[in-house]
Amino acid sequence: MATIPVEYGLFLAIILFSLGLVGVLIRRNVVFILLSVEIMLNAAGLGFVIAGSHWGQADGQIMFIFILTMASAEVSVGLALAIQLYHRLKTLDTNSISKMRG
Amino acid sequence: MDIVFYIASAVAIICTVMVITRLNVVHALLYMIVALLSVALVFYTLGAPFVAALEVIIYAGAIMVLFVFVIMILNLGPQTSQQERLWLDGRIWVGPTILALILIAEVAYVLSTHSTPAYTITEISPRQVSTQMFGPYILGVELSSFLLLSAVVGAFHLGRRRQLYPEEIAVSAAAVEQNTSPQGDIQPEPQIQSDIHR
Amino acid sequence: MLGLLWLIPVIPLIGFILLAIIGPRLSRTAVAIIGVGSVGISAILAILVAISFISSPPAGNAFTQTLWTWINVTNFNPGISFYLDSLSMIMVLVVTFVGFVIHLYSAEHMLHQEGYSRFFAYMNLFVGSMLILVLANNLLLLYLGWEGVGLCSYLLIGFWYTNPANGRAARKAFIVTRVGDAAMAIGLFLLFNNLATLNIQDVMQRAAQTWQIGSPLAVTAAALLLGGAVGKSAQLPLQTWLPDAMAGPSPVSALIHAATMVTAGVYLIARTHVLFSLAPSVQLAVAIVGAATLLLAGFSALTQWDIKRVLAYSTISQIGYMFLALGVGAWSAAIFHFMTHAFFKALLFLAAGVVIDAMNDEHNMFKMGGLRTQLPLTFWTFLIGSSALSALPLITSGFYSKDLILFDAYASPSGSTWLWLAGLVGAFLTSIYTFRMVFLTFFGKPKTKAVYQPGSRINLALIVLAAFALLIGFLETPSFLGNINVLGNFLSASLPATSILPQRAGSEGILELVSAVISLVGIYLAYLLFLRVPKTTEAMVQSPVGAVLHRYWFSGWGFDWLYDTVLVRPFVWMANSNKNDFIDLLYKGIIRLNEALHRVLSNTENGLVRWYATGIAIGAVIIIAIVVFL
Repeated sequence: MATIPVEYGLFLAIILFSLGLVGVLIRRNVVFILLSVEIMLNAAGLGFVIAGSHWGQADGQIMFIFILTMASAEVSVGLALAIQLYHRLKTLDTNSISKMRG
Repeated sequence: MDIVFYIASAVAIICTVMVITRLNVVHALLYMIVALLSVALVFYTLGAPFVAALEVIIYAGAIMVLFVFVIMILNLGPQTSQQERLWLDGRIWVGPTILALILIAEVAYVLSTHSTPAYTITEISPRQVSTQMFGPYILGVELSSFLLLSAVVGAFHLGRRRQLYPEEIAVSAAAVEQNTSPQGDIQPEPQIQSDIHR
Repeated sequence: MLGLLWLIPVIPLIGFILLAIIGPRLSRTAVAIIGVGSVGISAILAILVAISFISSPPAGNAFTQTLWTWINVTNFNPGISFYLDSLSMIMVLVVTFVGFVIHLYSAEHMLHQEGYSRFFAYMNLFVGSMLILVLANNLLLLYLGWEGVGLCSYLLIGFWYTNPANGRAARKAFIVTRVGDAAMAIGLFLLFNNLATLNIQDVMQRAAQTWQIGSPLAVTAAALLLGGAVGKSAQLPLQTWLPDAMAGPSPVSALIHAATMVTAGVYLIARTHVLFSLAPSVQLAVAIVGAATLLLAGFSALTQWDIKRVLAYSTISQIGYMFLALGVGAWSAAIFHFMTHAFFKALLFLAAGVVIDAMNDEHNMFKMGGLRTQLPLTFWTFLIGSSALSALPLITSGFYSKDLILFDAYASPSGSTWLWLAGLVGAFLTSIYTFRMVFLTFFGKPKTKAVYQPGSRINLALIVLAAFALLIGFLETPSFLGNINVLGNFLSASLPATSILPQRAGSEGILELVSAVISLVGIYLAYLLFLRVPKTTEAMVQSPVGAVLHRYWFSGWGFDWLYDTVLVRPFVWMANSNKNDFIDLLYKGIIRLNEALHRVLSNTENGLVRWYATGIAIGAVIIIAIVVFL
């Protein structure tokens, strides 16, 4: 099998996570935001799997599976919200749903 | 095997950058699928074949398909990428990029201070994962089932296209007015509107 | 019958409450019945009580009626108690009787004014407060009445409140008397602190026992009480409010600013005469204040053109006589002059009210003239009042009371020739300015036609007061003119008799003669100056010296200007410059800071999801930085 330093894997995870974060912060389209959140979740899962493989334990993969479950639930609800948003406001712009300001 | 990890990592990073910069949602989705596939490859090189398979089946398969379906339902026209170009002007990149770079720098600093020697990765088989999951983590599995159930109910409730109440129509009309009038946003075509009201 | 005492002050107060609550809904007749009737009942009760008091004097010549205990704190328990002795009996009689007559007059005089029921409500409250003041058996209750009459004075001076000048006059009266009241309150604290009681009789007794004559505490207490008396009675240096108080209706000037309230200071000093006897220096100050005031006010009265301001200055001057009498220890003479003054000055004010009404609200005497034939009854009553004021010999009450004061000022141990001389000059001035008023108003060529004739109630009031102004003097006559001493004997139970130096006792007749002549000369001079040769008078006023004097006298010796410059303006300036309280700046700064922070934070609540995500990301970066680098 391969001999990869754990730092490299974690570095990949943080780069992917940061890209996802940048995506969340710069996009106004709700579908892109959901995609970026998926990237972030995936990066977090990657971090767990790397850690698990480092220790030679299965727990990291189990955490990835939980994250996967959570991601699918989040996406289904989030996309339903996106449909509802477009249905009502004829736009996918998140800035348009700012009625709940304090 | 090491070279596979590095190539897959590079592909994942490049594809992710493409995802967050695309103007067209479908292009972004395709890049996303490629990114997920390369992450799956990374998983495989790290000795986790089971999650690599799950990544391909659930992420690249199920979730991305869900996105594609939603985009189909929304029936976004060519004016959407026009609008994305307007929204993605240069200045909006500055802050988040600086923030992300600081974050990466911080984590890189931590990783550089805690150097661990390279080690040989051992494969963790699906059997090991399964016995762990349905052993000590059985409670987490049950909770995940609750989560999924509530997500199903919630998605059904939210996604249902029901008749709007009069006051909701007024609110949405006002919001549409507000959204369309300022800053030269491109208005949705009338044809799309009628499509939605169908 | 003495048991009815409590009803005397209570009935006017009931009248006040009735009028205050349901007055605006009543017809004018009903208001007049309640307003006049309550004081009338009070007057009748006062007469009944007086008859009973004189025919069967209670033990110790004093009667105390305690209604209930007002405050009860260990050894401080002033009651709502009334104390009736000969001094308060006379005060009650005068207040209720003159008050009733003036109410009767007002019922007609105010008939076509707005706020008829308000007027009678205030007037009834005033009578009730004044009765509480004179009947109080402790100084705290007296102070309640004292402030009550001050309040009514304020309300009634500003009765026509739509004119800002009246409101200003009312405020001036209130604030200037407040200066004296503050002194008096401190005096009460001092007395209670040292004598452990506020009951007037106990205070007098204990003061006489514990304090030496001239001891600092006695002097301070007496001086502080004098401060209160000076403020209320418009004596030097707090006399400036009274001329402006003429902004109120004429009956108010008659009742409050001539007959009753302004003499409260005289009553206070007479009531606490023991204290003043213990402090001879303060008593001398009382005499000097009285003498100085009567002269200054007399000069000022000479120059006024407003008929009511002449009367106001003459009131100040006449109260100066009472203070002079109090200062030389002639207690009963002061009270005697108070009585006669109450009648004739009320009469003059009421008659002046008629004249002003008849002249269509004209106050300037130089625009009147020849009213003798147009308002005959008013003329005759006014003449009687003026004669009493200028102490026309033998027939008027003013002669007897004023000459008693002049004699006592000369002959009592604490009197002196100088005080007598001041009083004499004052008497001379009095007769000049009084008859200047009479001649300008009622004699000469008619300049305006009287547009109004008084009705029966006003005429009745004028006649009754005129009769008393003539007759009441015979209660006390000099030794060579019948030597009647009814009042002095009656008062001897509460006030010590005036001591007379034996070597000066024989000069009474000569002094009376001198002052009688002075009075007549003054009247003749007024006749010359203002009726025969008014052009010469005009020339005198126009001459350089005359102009300066006239200006000074007309403005009341420039006291208003002085106070305005020395006190009012600097105070207003300070108040203005500290309008934005500099201590508050600190608190305002805190408020501003909070508001600014609030604005900043509320701007972060903009409803934009990505903005919130940015916040979370920044927070995460900062926390990781803290964890990593610290």
